[in-house]
Amino acid sequence: MSIIIFNMKKVGNHTSISRILLFCVALSLCFSVSTFAQEAAAPAAAAAPAADAAAAPAGAGDPVKGKELFNANCASCHKLDAKSTGPALRGVADKHDKAWLYRWIHNSSEMIKSGDAEAVKLFADNGGVTMTAFPQLAEADIDNIMAYTSQPKEVAAAPAGGGTTAQAGGEGNGGSSNTLILGALVLVLVVLIVMLVLVNKTLRRVAAANGVVVVENEPTLPLWKAYAKNQFLVLVTVILLMLSGAYFLYGYTMQIGVDQNYQPVQPIHFSHKIHAGDNGIDCKYCHSAARVSKNSGIPSLNVCMNCHKNIAEFAGDKDSLYVDHSKEFYTGEIQKLYDAVGWDKAAQKYTGKQKPVKWVRIHNLPDFVYFNHSQHVSVAGVECQTCHGPVETFEVMKQNAPLTMGWCINCHRETDVKVEGNDYYKKIHDELAKKYGVQKLTAANMGGTECGKCHY
Amino acid sequence: MASNKKYWQSVEELNENSSIVETLRNNEFVEEIPTEDFLGDKEALSSSSTSRRDFLKYVGFSTAAASLAACEGPVIKSIPYVVQPEEIIPGVADYYATTMADGFDFANILIKTREGRPIKVENNTLAGSKVAANGRVHASVLSLYDSMRLKQPLVSGKPASWQEVDAKVAAGLSQAAAGAGSVVVLTGTLASPSTDKIIAEFGAKYPGFKHVVYDSVSSSEALDAFQQVYGERALADYDFLKADVIVSVGADFLGDWQGGGYDSGYTQGRIPNKNGKMSKHIQIESNMSLTGANADKRIPLTVTEQKYALVKIYNIVTGSSVAVPDVNKTYAKAVEQAASQLKAAGSKGVFVTGLDDVNAQLLAIAINNALASAAFNPAGARYVRKGDAKAVAQLVKDMKAGTVHTLIMNNVNPVYTLPNSADFVEGLKKVKLSVSFSLKEDETASKTTVAAAAPHYLESWGDVSIAKGYYAVTQPTIRPLFNTKQFQDALLAWSGNPQAYYDYLKTVAPAYTGGKTWNQLVHDGVALTGVATTTTAALGANYSGAASALAAAKPAAGMLELVLYTKTGLGDGQQANNPWLQEFPDPITRTSWDNYVTVAKADADALGLENWNVANGGLNGSLVTVEVNGVKLQNVPVIIQPGQAKGTVGIALGYGREAAMKKEMIVGVNAYTLYSNFNSFQNAKLTKTDGEHEFACVQLQKTLMGRGDIVKEATLADFNNKPVEEWNIMPVVSYDHKEVPAASIDLWESFDRTTGHHFNLSIDLNACTGCGACVIACHAENNVPVVGKSEIRRSRDMHWLRIDRYYSSQDTFAGDVELKEGTTGLMNTIETFGNMEDPADNPQVVFQPVMCQHCNHAPCETVCPVAATSHGRQGQNHMAYNRCVGTRYCANNCPYKVRRFNWFLYNKNNDFDYHMNDDLGRMVLNPDVNVRSRGVMEKCSFCIQSTQAVILKAKREGRVVAKGEFNDACACSAACSTGAMVFGDVNEKEDPIVRLKEDERAYHLLSHIGTQPNVFYHVKVRNT
Repeated sequence: MSIIIFNMKKVGNHTSISRILLFCVALSLCFSVSTFAQEAAAPAAAAAPAADAAAAPAGAGDPVKGKELFNANCASCHKLDAKSTGPALRGVADKHDKAWLYRWIHNSSEMIKSGDAEAVKLFADNGGVTMTAFPQLAEADIDNIMAYTSQPKEVAAAPAGGGTTAQAGGEGNGGSSNTLILGALVLVLVVLIVMLVLVNKTLRRVAAANGVVVVENEPTLPLWKAYAKNQFLVLVTVILLMLSGAYFLYGYTMQIGVDQNYQPVQPIHFSHKIHAGDNGIDCKYCHSAARVSKNSGIPSLNVCMNCHKNIAEFAGDKDSLYVDHSKEFYTGEIQKLYDAVGWDKAAQKYTGKQKPVKWVRIHNLPDFVYFNHSQHVSVAGVECQTCHGPVETFEVMKQNAPLTMGWCINCHRETDVKVEGNDYYKKIHDELAKKYGVQKLTAANMGGTECGKCHY
Repeated sequence: MASNKKYWQSVEELNENSSIVETLRNNEFVEEIPTEDFLGDKEALSSSSTSRRDFLKYVGFSTAAASLAACEGPVIKSIPYVVQPEEIIPGVADYYATTMADGFDFANILIKTREGRPIKVENNTLAGSKVAANGRVHASVLSLYDSMRLKQPLVSGKPASWQEVDAKVAAGLSQAAAGAGSVVVLTGTLASPSTDKIIAEFGAKYPGFKHVVYDSVSSSEALDAFQQVYGERALADYDFLKADVIVSVGADFLGDWQGGGYDSGYTQGRIPNKNGKMSKHIQIESNMSLTGANADKRIPLTVTEQKYALVKIYNIVTGSSVAVPDVNKTYAKAVEQAASQLKAAGSKGVFVTGLDDVNAQLLAIAINNALASAAFNPAGARYVRKGDAKAVAQLVKDMKAGTVHTLIMNNVNPVYTLPNSADFVEGLKKVKLSVSFSLKEDETASKTTVAAAAPHYLESWGDVSIAKGYYAVTQPTIRPLFNTKQFQDALLAWSGNPQAYYDYLKTVAPAYTGGKTWNQLVHDGVALTGVATTTTAALGANYSGAASALAAAKPAAGMLELVLYTKTGLGDGQQANNPWLQEFPDPITRTSWDNYVTVAKADADALGLENWNVANGGLNGSLVTVEVNGVKLQNVPVIIQPGQAKGTVGIALGYGREAAMKKEMIVGVNAYTLYSNFNSFQNAKLTKTDGEHEFACVQLQKTLMGRGDIVKEATLADFNNKPVEEWNIMPVVSYDHKEVPAASIDLWESFDRTTGHHFNLSIDLNACTGCGACVIACHAENNVPVVGKSEIRRSRDMHWLRIDRYYSSQDTFAGDVELKEGTTGLMNTIETFGNMEDPADNPQVVFQPVMCQHCNHAPCETVCPVAATSHGRQGQNHMAYNRCVGTRYCANNCPYKVRRFNWFLYNKNNDFDYHMNDDLGRMVLNPDVNVRSRGVMEKCSFCIQSTQAVILKAKREGRVVAKGEFNDACACSAACSTGAMVFGDVNEKEDPIVRLKEDERAYHLLSHIGTQPNVFYHVKVRNT
């Protein structure tokens, strides 16, 4: 039985049976593993600050200020260790004369025009792309940047905890102290029972020794027989069993086809947490179609490349919470994007070999339901999170809402229509408000619960 | 005690020796049960390794596995673009202006595309658009996705690359240039200035080069006449809006006469205006045509009589006195009356004729010139027909003589459409190199050296000049689906021009665009060239000679006069593999999936031909053999056509195609074989043959039975002079022993419908010509399935919108009403009603489009046990398919019979092998509308997906819905180029629908039953 289920379950957790199984495993693990898990987390946190301190100042500049300046001015075209639009900048101070660098940064095109051999060569080596002039940078600023670029390359921190921790642990961290208390209580209970049995034994022995006859009770009818004889009780029990059976059957049938928390494995591990959460990218930057279309649109890969042309490797802060996956893992996922879109990282060129990504669709409405994102996003101004949940915290995307009709209707009944500043609603609102004697109109008041509004 | 009674089971038992009784006693089933077929082979059964137990095990296991698997949702993949084109947003439709020109149909249209797929045709309404889309143009989007299209070029029947084709053609052409024979390009009417130029440039190299234009359905005689008088090979343009009196002799100008496209001007003049005026239309014809059905007065005459009538009209209008016999006793007076009315109208009159006779066409020009007709516009000549019958005949001769070396054909199928197809095939064998640019490996392309796969017009560039002064472009709306090459591109390459056709077109176009930039032209799709359309001086012709020649026509003794015509659905048969068009019921006969010979009742009786209805609701008919000049057409089914002139028969062209067709689409007979000399008039002999034909006819009730409240009619005189109560009679009911208007009585409590939108659809019976463009548009918009001939026969058609056609059983509908009301007594009533089921010999005809009436008090809603159909406050009657359990109570309770039940799963089902059964055909489906499954009811939704889209657009832009914006939301009203259907919001005072609803001609269908529909009709006014 269980084999069949696991075979069918390629993705996500649809059926509750597997959920129960997982829960059982998790429960048993709670007692055995939790103590180890706690210890493993400690060294990972300690490793992070060490790297910063190791960076030795290379020039007169301040590398910390330099980093700020670098990120603000240079990072859009340069990386420290890899070629981007411009060349890699680590150790650039060693390659060129300082004064030359000042001049170059302040106005490179002038230098090229003036025929400076070094400048012309550099210009040619980088495909004839003129670097933006930065006359606003003082020499001290440039020193700071040089200091930053002259820092030796950090050795990647050892992956914490050796890869992924068991997600099945579920409540691992918070639950450990509770289980400890529970364990203690169980122990106390066992001790009490043992004590009771022992006391009972001792008392009997004492009674026997004293010649007191322990009066054995007349063997009466066994409880289950008495129960079986009482027809009323049997009837009540049967009714209760049937009712509870029906209750669970109803509950079971109602979740068929409801894929809440469906969390399939995607061909590219795309972390909404990194993009929408840590980097604060607006949902509609990528899902731009949501403004005007019924589909929110899975972004085409050229949208990814707007940023990822320059972000070839994962550079998350060391102190951040990406404990699930290593830096290399994320960089590998970015490489998958490059493979799909046909971007040659080394040559900084499109190869033309494209392999479209076959994402696994998570939110599947049946064909007979019409849903339009733009109505909700643009007109009603509903936050994406209202239906999709705190996506900015999801490492792996999942279906947050049940997407059942009851769920839709409920929201339509409770949500007030955003009529302000929309001429379309003005007349209808005034008329309906008078009709219903209310100031605020819900979507249902506007006819948002009529069958034909979504089913056609 | 046991009873000794004997129970008789049948009369047969009285006969002691009856074998039947004995047989029945011994056999439970009358017919042998074919158990032998599957259990016959005992040996095979016993040797099978699968035991009964094993079988049960498999069944049990697979059932268990299936039910377990059913709990698991399928994994759906979504694949976004790698680089998304800027103009495509998934879920948002794009529109492209383009022009259809397939040699038969020409139209300025917009193409709606979704995610890069063309899914629907709409009318281009910008200034400069000349012709609106008809049903075939609307259906052409499905022909793009025809799975039987030619997918790559073939050389000698084998798939080849374009390089091979080019090499082959280059070799052939160099031989021809060296003098091996002539080069001929054979095309349909192109009306394309750039293509004409390319062909001329191509041909300059070859001595004896000829460009022959061939129309499968010819207007050659009209072109000859026009050329004779005005010096240009074109057709006169008519603006029927400018005419008060229209007289037509055999011209089906609401159909395909001279390229068609005249209906919008015509219908505008047919709606009585504020002054109570409308045009008067007299139609003289043999077949009952769409035009004749719309006429105020229809005179059925044989073709010979039509010629006499034409001369008579010529005599009266021009004051000549050419000797001519009388047409016939019955109608002589009517013809004279028509002529004098035409003469009296003067410049406000117009005359047209469809007789394939150069003399008749000359007289038409003479009559219009004599009238100084304002509607007749020779200066704005039309270029939609250019075929030269004589040149085609000469070409076939040359081919047989072996003088043609290279024949390049584009979008013609002469092997199918030529009457002397055998000669052509013989000639083709002598042609060294034949190339056919074709969408399909059709009858011709399968016989040529090179079958060049051509792109559909929705994948091509092009330009079209429909009429003088009008210029339009064709632009691709999708990347070519197959390995195809345009005729123009190939010709440019073969003439050594390195330019692509697109670049070539860009250099040609500026001369015609009247100052529009190329980008603007492609955006608009149309341009006015700005050429002054000055009246061309008539060269004149020998009109009286023409008249005498025409008057000399004599009927052939003992023959019936055959008039070949094209049907509204299939036209010339180019799109015969289009299931929408095949299933489209003919507006007149209401029969789909067939052509047939239409016979007058009197002739049918004489020949013993019959139509009868069978138990399952199907129509059957006799079969005949039609013989013309020794050519026999076998097994042609017969339809007895009211209004068919006695002594004439009609057969539609365009059917009976067999090459590159799906099996289900091969229907009808090929009447092109009878089309000798490209003359639609032939003398034919009919002989009854054995057997019967099963039709797929959707309407068996022919007459209205005097129910004047279903289609309300009034004469123009009554309309103008009598109070509205007399000609638009509102039903009354008895309430409190008083007669009160039925509309004032209500079983239900009314809702307040004054808030928000409230949609209404107005249908003007005066403007509706029955053309059926709305039916096809509805198919395209709403993913209406095609069910096939045998299902149609079982009355299981799925059309959401039907156009009922009724005949009068007396001479007029008013006569029917009078007759019905005059009957008293039971026997009299029964007899009268029995007679009224038969239409008159020359009946009045009326078309009435009926779709879901969206009743405010809908009978269907109250009987649905699961509340699957319910009412929205915007006036629409909703249908939630997912909720429907298929009891069909609603359909039974619907007084308008507009609900359609899905008896089967029509998509992805091999039993219904139409477009929804292949990946290509499914690309036409509208992604905004659900594809219904088996067992659910469906019906017109007032295109709620589009009304909602209009509302959403307004909301997003923060504005109110613009005036008239809703009209284009409904597929039917958007497709209606005649203005018969108008859709709008009655709560919006500015909307045109408000005025229409308050019009005194407005009435509701069956208003006495109190359903309060949101569809209303306008009383049909006849100018008798």
